[in-house]
Amino acid sequence: MSLKIDQDHSRFRHIVRGKIRQNLRKYISKGELIGRQGQETVSIPIPQIDIPRFRFADKQQGGVGQGEGKPGDALSSPSPGDGKGKAGGDPGEHVLEVDVTLEELADILGEELELPNIEVRGKSSIIDQKDRYVGIRRVGPDSLRHFRRTFRSALRRQIALGTYDRDRPVIIPTREDMRYRSWKTEEEPVTNAVILYMMDVSGSMGDEQKEIVRIESFWIDTWLKRQYKGIETRFIIHDAVAREVDRDTFFRTRESGGTMISSAYKLAAQIIEHDYPSTEWNIYPFHFSDGDNWSVDDTLLCVELLRDQLLPASNVFSYGQVESPYGSGQFIKDLKEHFKGHDGLITSEIRDRDSIVGSIRDFLGKGR
Amino acid sequence: MASFALKTALPSYLRDEQLRIEGFARDFGLDFFPTIFEMLNYDQMNEIAAFLGFPTRYPHWRFGMEYERLSKSHEYGLSKIYEMVINNNPSIAYLLEGNSLVDQKLVMAHVLGHVDFFKNNFAFRVTDQGTDRRTGGPVRKWIDTMANHGAIVRRWSKRVGVEKVEAFIDVCLTLENLIDPNKPFDPPKPRKEEDDDDAVESTELHLLRVEKDYMESFINPAEFVEAQKSKLEEEKEKTKFFPEQPDRDVLGFLVEHAPLERWERDVLSIIRREAHYFLPQMQTKIMNEGWASYWHSRMMTERICDTSEIVDYAERNAGVLQTSGGQLNPYKLGVELFRNIEERWNRGQFGKEWTDCDDYAERRHWDRRTGLGQEKIFEVRKLYTDVTFIDEFLTPEFALDQKLFSFGFNPRNDRWEIESRKFEDIKKKLLFSLTNAGNPVIEVLDANYGKRGDLLLRHDHIGIDLRIDWARDVMQSLERIWQRPVELHTVLEGKNTMLRFDGNEHIQRALK
Repeated sequence: MSLKIDQDHSRFRHIVRGKIRQNLRKYISKGELIGRQGQETVSIPIPQIDIPRFRFADKQQGGVGQGEGKPGDALSSPSPGDGKGKAGGDPGEHVLEVDVTLEELADILGEELELPNIEVRGKSSIIDQKDRYVGIRRVGPDSLRHFRRTFRSALRRQIALGTYDRDRPVIIPTREDMRYRSWKTEEEPVTNAVILYMMDVSGSMGDEQKEIVRIESFWIDTWLKRQYKGIETRFIIHDAVAREVDRDTFFRTRESGGTMISSAYKLAAQIIEHDYPSTEWNIYPFHFSDGDNWSVDDTLLCVELLRDQLLPASNVFSYGQVESPYGSGQFIKDLKEHFKGHDGLITSEIRDRDSIVGSIRDFLGKGR
Repeated sequence: MASFALKTALPSYLRDEQLRIEGFARDFGLDFFPTIFEMLNYDQMNEIAAFLGFPTRYPHWRFGMEYERLSKSHEYGLSKIYEMVINNNPSIAYLLEGNSLVDQKLVMAHVLGHVDFFKNNFAFRVTDQGTDRRTGGPVRKWIDTMANHGAIVRRWSKRVGVEKVEAFIDVCLTLENLIDPNKPFDPPKPRKEEDDDDAVESTELHLLRVEKDYMESFINPAEFVEAQKSKLEEEKEKTKFFPEQPDRDVLGFLVEHAPLERWERDVLSIIRREAHYFLPQMQTKIMNEGWASYWHSRMMTERICDTSEIVDYAERNAGVLQTSGGQLNPYKLGVELFRNIEERWNRGQFGKEWTDCDDYAERRHWDRRTGLGQEKIFEVRKLYTDVTFIDEFLTPEFALDQKLFSFGFNPRNDRWEIESRKFEDIKKKLLFSLTNAGNPVIEVLDANYGKRGDLLLRHDHIGIDLRIDWARDVMQSLERIWQRPVELHTVLEGKNTMLRFDGNEHIQRALK
């Protein structure tokens, strides 16, 4: 049933959207939205929107209560009201939980960071089938019965036969009068995409560094999901050797070994070759590390892998370097040196949580 | 009206209950407007609750926010709205579909208490819209009024733009509480457009007409002329101030004198009118809920419930009247105070003799068998509001029995603490929170401040400062409406302080 409140409600949602946009950077750097993700929606806490008035300062006013206790005892409820609907005390005390769909959130992200829509690479070899209601037929299941058409044909028949009585206009459809909606299956090309996350889990990557990667990957997922209908994600962790893991393990594992980035790149190249032929897939590898690599030779091997296998297959290859107190941070310099002017590779340095926003924009701002 | 908009007629078994309960209520002496009960599902209930009981209001996002909040808390099972009733003639009350029969009966009994209160309490007379010639009863067609307000605002929204109107409503709402509760509502007079230019200076002396010159000194003797002169001077002195007297009806003043466009004036008048409508409900929260609870409990236990229902009723009633976390429950306080008054007047615990008696034991067992309780509470429900109700009937014994205490914020421990159990402290705090419906007293002092047409307001400081961040926001709203700098004189941390907003920046300075 449509309610009168719907209009006011949508005005409120509009305001909420503005609020979320306003506070987006805060939400991003705090990472608090990740734990609030449901199936299709994210529940976002926004400060209750109060209408300011001339009011008494709450903490001076106090009030009257009822119950046990002697003077000096703390009150059990943190901010007592006297049941008279006193205006809110501290800001942030009242929090509204608002459900926002992931798509809407992606749109807000896109608007706020001014992200361009991705130009999908022309790939059409994968075909999806879709049903569309297009016409009417005489047989079908009752659930698809077209009431109006059925009524009309019954009426027409009764008038033609002369059984229609103006004073008692009862229409009884027979089997021949029944009309049903019919559908046609159409084929449409789909664009598929895969995100390959790679992360260095060697000893030098601490919890904070991993948290930054987690936050960043949440927003990258959100954005790319909005851009592509079917999207897959794969996760690779590496220290001196690489292995594929699930999402949960990806963010939790901590190893203490050394670092050989080439191992991850090799595995990524294998996965791509095996599962995602680049003619049919939009491929987005993301690699996060603290920039420490075992040896110069390994770095050269990485460059080779990138140049010959990963970059040609990918839409764009993104490398994010999270600053850690242990990492030398050399790897990003090497990449920049070897791939100067190559626009298939994006590098970004993430100093702390506050620079996540800038980094997201680095990665997604090119529209590839 | 609501009944046309929603198909919500009461099923016949509830209709029968309604007639039965109304019969009981009349037997007890309750005198209520005709009351229409409607049955709503929870979604409709949330919608109407967001509109504060009305089926239609003017369009504004905050109703949407309230709806979101109510729906969420219903979904999570945190709250459920049992009853809602609006002060209208006939009164409209809502029942929630799916409630048990005992609940529905309880709500009906409770609602009739409210409607009796709406009809008889003097504070609600400001919501009268005239007298019905046929019945002699008051006209209160607020459902129509609210719907009309909605139509007016929607029409302006169409003409000047939804966002513009909504933003202006936001501004007006920050001033919503700046009305004069002591002044009966009178609609602002139509604005005299050119009154400044047309006003003829009355500089001539008011002397009596003299036919013959030689009579002059007899008819208008020198003393009289002097007196007239000084009167004129006085008059002149007075007209220097505008308004002549400080005006607490800030909203009314702005509607009449602020340089507003027509649509803005319409919107501001609507906000003021609705604020006046809701005011008596804020002034009588404790009494109104107390009165309704008193009657539902008497009717349910003495007439309505049979043995199979009484336990369910008792459980529900206990939930309504419970106090938890040290919070004051207006239902509980109100009903206990009404019962206390009834008992005191039944036992003659009033008058000089009683007041003079300071023997605790004697007061406890005082019984003169006066039996005036019923009569007294009906009188109280008619003539009091929360402030006078508490001021006159709250006794030390009652405060002790009800375990009342006053609380405050202790900055040293950074927490709210019980401050005192002394009767004087409790009464003072309670009265403070009820005075002016809990709002600070703000008045217009000078509308031509500094001879530049600035607006000067004064906060009548009675011990507690204003919440300063909000006060600044409200100053911005005032400037938006007055379209000249606005200044407020108040007290902050013991110092006379002025807050000023000139359209660009806020200034805060100590006053001499």
